[in-house]
Amino acid sequence: MSKVHVVTSVNGEPREMLCEPQQSLLEVLRDELGMTGTKEGCATGDCGACSVMIDGRLVCSCLMLGVEAEGVDITTIEGIAEGSTLHPVQRKFLEHAALQCGICTPGFIVATKALLDRNPDPDERTIRYWLAGNLCRCTGYDKIVRAVQDAAAELAHEA
Amino acid sequence: MEAYAYARPTTLDEAVSLLAAHANEGRRTQLLAGGTDVLVQMRSVDREPRTLVDVKHIADTNRLDIDSDPVFIGSAIPSAILNENEELKSLFPGLIEAADLIGSTQIQGRATIGGNLCNSSPAGDTIPAIIAAGGVCVIAGSGGTRRVACEDFLTGVGTNVLEADELLVGLEFPRPKGRTADGYLRFIPRTEMDIAVAGAGVALSLDDGGTCTAARVAIGAVAPTALLVPAAADALIGTKVDDEALAAAGAACTAAASPISDKRGTIEYRNKVVAVLCRRAGANARDRALAR
Repeated sequence: MSKVHVVTSVNGEPREMLCEPQQSLLEVLRDELGMTGTKEGCATGDCGACSVMIDGRLVCSCLMLGVEAEGVDITTIEGIAEGSTLHPVQRKFLEHAALQCGICTPGFIVATKALLDRNPDPDERTIRYWLAGNLCRCTGYDKIVRAVQDAAAELAHEA
Repeated sequence: MEAYAYARPTTLDEAVSLLAAHANEGRRTQLLAGGTDVLVQMRSVDREPRTLVDVKHIADTNRLDIDSDPVFIGSAIPSAILNENEELKSLFPGLIEAADLIGSTQIQGRATIGGNLCNSSPAGDTIPAIIAAGGVCVIAGSGGTRRVACEDFLTGVGTNVLEADELLVGLEFPRPKGRTADGYLRFIPRTEMDIAVAGAGVALSLDDGGTCTAARVAIGAVAPTALLVPAAADALIGTKVDDEALAAAGAACTAAASPISDKRGTIEYRNKVVAVLCRRAGANARDRALAR
């Protein structure tokens, strides 16, 4: 099987990878680049655990091929913190205990970052609709919504 | 067995040549736009390796002409871009509400209405809305470009008129003039992110007195393909789109439907609900047209 050479950017760093044509971006991130922060939940685009940003737009990395990443900017969960300093969204998820088992959390945090990047002051309804593609079987969502609201408030205060 | 391959043509000519060459050699190709259906199918119901032809790097499939007549929406444009476009939403509120019903934020970042059409599911939400709005498929192939009305594009469950050497470049819509508007509604058992039990799209034009001068009604998830229902449109034309006219249009939708019973709904239920959706989508389209 002939692999395809793909040049892309992951969290601001230029990366090259060899992809089989049918490999998902999620598989390439985890298995080729060793970036295991992005999780596989359903692998059918229903659960959002594999959420990443492509050129600033939120997508499921299980529903994108690695070969489609040629020339794009990918943001994964590994690119959210600044070094060892957590992003406010990450910190608020911890403070509000907005996670239990943690499998869905990277996807929620990337999705929340994508939301606040384009809408710094979302109301609860907007938050719930935006995050409707991220499933969490532990928290019941309320703590997640509170964490997002608190992160938005803190980011607004900083700005 | 042949291995998967990936091709990324940058012009329509290149894409068509590639499709034709594969077809001549008896090799299978798969058009790839947003991939939200294709990738799932590749891992479940259709694992046969083939050459994936990515149509997202062609200027024509990314073209969005909103200020023209016809309005043109390229087949590779993700629905998130359409849903965020206020001008498009104002011109085709029904089409955009259909696009906005499909999938999560993540799905909308990739999925395209052209892909929804080419996937040709009986329950594809944008398809009745495209038909109602008068959408015409612009198809490129070895023989040049051809245009097919959306209601004639679909041939069955998961099938359409695209030949092996053809691709959908985009959709043309007659620019809505005067008091013209559309509406789309579907029924699902939850608030969002589910597959339609039934759907109905209505586009209509009113004169200054509020009398309907033109209408198109299309229904989804109640037949092997989405259907244009001329009898439902006839029930609206010449009326004020009042309750009586809407009830007649809804009855025409039920008469045109030939649904199946499955886990999402029975034949009887779908026949009833498609009429309700037609009435409500028609009232929405009427109110939007009156507000113009």
